[in-house]
Amino acid sequence: MKPVHVVEGRAVPLERSDVDTDQIIPSEWLKRVERTGFGRGLFSEWRDDPAFVLNQPAYAGATILVAQARFGTGSSREHAVWALMDYGFAAVVASSFGDIFANNAASQGLVTVTLPPDALEELTQLVKADPSRLVVVDVERLLVEVPDAAWQHAFSLNALTRERLLHGWDTIGLTLRHDNEIARFESAHWAPSVPIRFAP
Amino acid sequence: MARTLYEKLVDEHLVASPPDEAPLLYIDLHLIHEVTSPQAFDGLRLASRRVRRPERTLATADHNVPTDPPSTPVSDPVSRRQLEALDENCREFGITLFPRGNEHQGIVHVIGPELGATQPGMTIVCGDSHTSTHGAFGALAFGIGTSEVEHVLATQTLPHQRARTMAVTLEGQVPPGVSAKDIVLAIVARLGTGGGAGHVIEYRGQAIRDLSMEGRMTICNMSIEAGARAGLIGVDDTTIDYLRDHVIVDDDEFARLAARWRTYVSDDDATFDSEVILRADDLVPSVTWGTNPAQVVALDGVVPSPHDERDPAQAEAAARALAYMGLEPGTPIRDVAVDVVFIGSCTNSRLEDLRAAAEVVRGRRVAEGVRALVVPGSHAVKRHAEAEGLDRVFLDAGFEWREPGCSMCLGMNPDQLRPGQRSASTSNRNFEGRQGRGGRTHLVSPAVAAATALMGRFASPAEVSA
Repeated sequence: MKPVHVVEGRAVPLERSDVDTDQIIPSEWLKRVERTGFGRGLFSEWRDDPAFVLNQPAYAGATILVAQARFGTGSSREHAVWALMDYGFAAVVASSFGDIFANNAASQGLVTVTLPPDALEELTQLVKADPSRLVVVDVERLLVEVPDAAWQHAFSLNALTRERLLHGWDTIGLTLRHDNEIARFESAHWAPSVPIRFAP
Repeated sequence: MARTLYEKLVDEHLVASPPDEAPLLYIDLHLIHEVTSPQAFDGLRLASRRVRRPERTLATADHNVPTDPPSTPVSDPVSRRQLEALDENCREFGITLFPRGNEHQGIVHVIGPELGATQPGMTIVCGDSHTSTHGAFGALAFGIGTSEVEHVLATQTLPHQRARTMAVTLEGQVPPGVSAKDIVLAIVARLGTGGGAGHVIEYRGQAIRDLSMEGRMTICNMSIEAGARAGLIGVDDTTIDYLRDHVIVDDDEFARLAARWRTYVSDDDATFDSEVILRADDLVPSVTWGTNPAQVVALDGVVPSPHDERDPAQAEAAARALAYMGLEPGTPIRDVAVDVVFIGSCTNSRLEDLRAAAEVVRGRRVAEGVRALVVPGSHAVKRHAEAEGLDRVFLDAGFEWREPGCSMCLGMNPDQLRPGQRSASTSNRNFEGRQGRGGRTHLVSPAVAAATALMGRFASPAEVSA
């Protein structure tokens, strides 16, 4: 994973609450064994509609998605994060996220920014009023900014998630530093392995 | 100090608590399937890593498998490739796999308990959000993404941010005709799709104690629909009785295990971060009307109006849902006709579910023009159901009796709704397009699904027997 310090770019407002991971990437896309190429499937059930916000030229090339409440609930599919990133998004701002989605995003380096609903609404209105505006998500300073409107709002990130983003750490590599502790735990642990005899 | 069940499970699995890092949790059982694992195995190969504990890993093919007889080839080349990848990966890394057609194959959350792999006191993960199902056994079980699958394969651990604890208590007893599915739909409606976020829910109270293990699995299964990481139910006699039939060990070993298992309950004076209380006596058979599982109405009720919502965002979501579902506010639910009835999924495809549906169906016929299918959760469920003659009950009534898999719950295999088709489904998600692009899903219990198949519109079992 590449380190992420600051995400800058245009933002696109997705004015729907409860966008579950089935909406982000429908299950027909989950049959693939690769990790790339999911951008074409992003929001695919809505992309046929010319009025859908991602189809509007003014938002082309946006790197920040401004969503609403409960973004990424439902299925654990990490494909949702891969699709957002493959499409070009580097950060998602919302008033809340599905827990598994947020974990998946953290492990891939997609920044999730949680704002209170009123601040989210202000940001949404700013990017609707002028889609060309530069929006900045600063992981170091934990700030979302719209410099030309002199608007900014702080956000919080779990300390470990922030460190992982800033350093681009390989979580498995971090965990394997505890190899001896894992081995010690295993040697004293009671729980049986997968059975080899099964009920009929 | 008094601890909740969740706190006990975390404490017992702490491998390390490094400063400035999330505590590291040992994982006792890792369930994998074809859809969320291939990229994880690729990651291992790229980094020249091995699977640390293949003997704590169990694989099955369930999400994309066709439910035709196993002798029929998988016609979709992309699905076939994914199933082959699972075969190859399990062979290469020494993991036990139950592929399509194997006598132990089935939906991952059905076979774990059935094979005795799911036991109280364990930590269980799977790249599937409905892993919460296994919490019915007093195990800490939750869904993870593919990067975490790779992490567990490589280390048999996961960094775990401690969740908050929530008790959902069902006081009293449910009225006759109210199933576990109706209970959990009521819970999700009460909490909302985000109400459980950041929490592990423990279900308690008389109405939970009264449930079989199958019913408890239905409850814990849908914890994620309220946004919770996991659901839990403490161990009691019902748990131990189930395990006696499913964990194949000698009597001494069973007694030793059972004594330990019984400790997996919350202490009497343990405190939860929050508690929600529902009166079980007030619950009724229920149906979802919208496009998220918290949009629930009584089978006796009418399609609600967006104007009933006080929150403007919820009102807008309701209006959008009604437009997608093709429903008019005020329409009695019983007047809504269906095209397809699906009895299956990790929520409701166990023997008890099939018995409940068959009891309604026996001696009757599926309504003209309705496609009705039963997809047993596993080969074991299918075998037991066939031994009881349930397959004949369904087939004689005009149902399809299919091979095990996730099937129409998520429409990854050929079992899908066509655009505009309306289903009554015993599955867990009524999201837009979930069962097929443009499909309209209503979540119901197995008994209501069966009655609906016979009547061609939403109906209760009482209506068909009248």
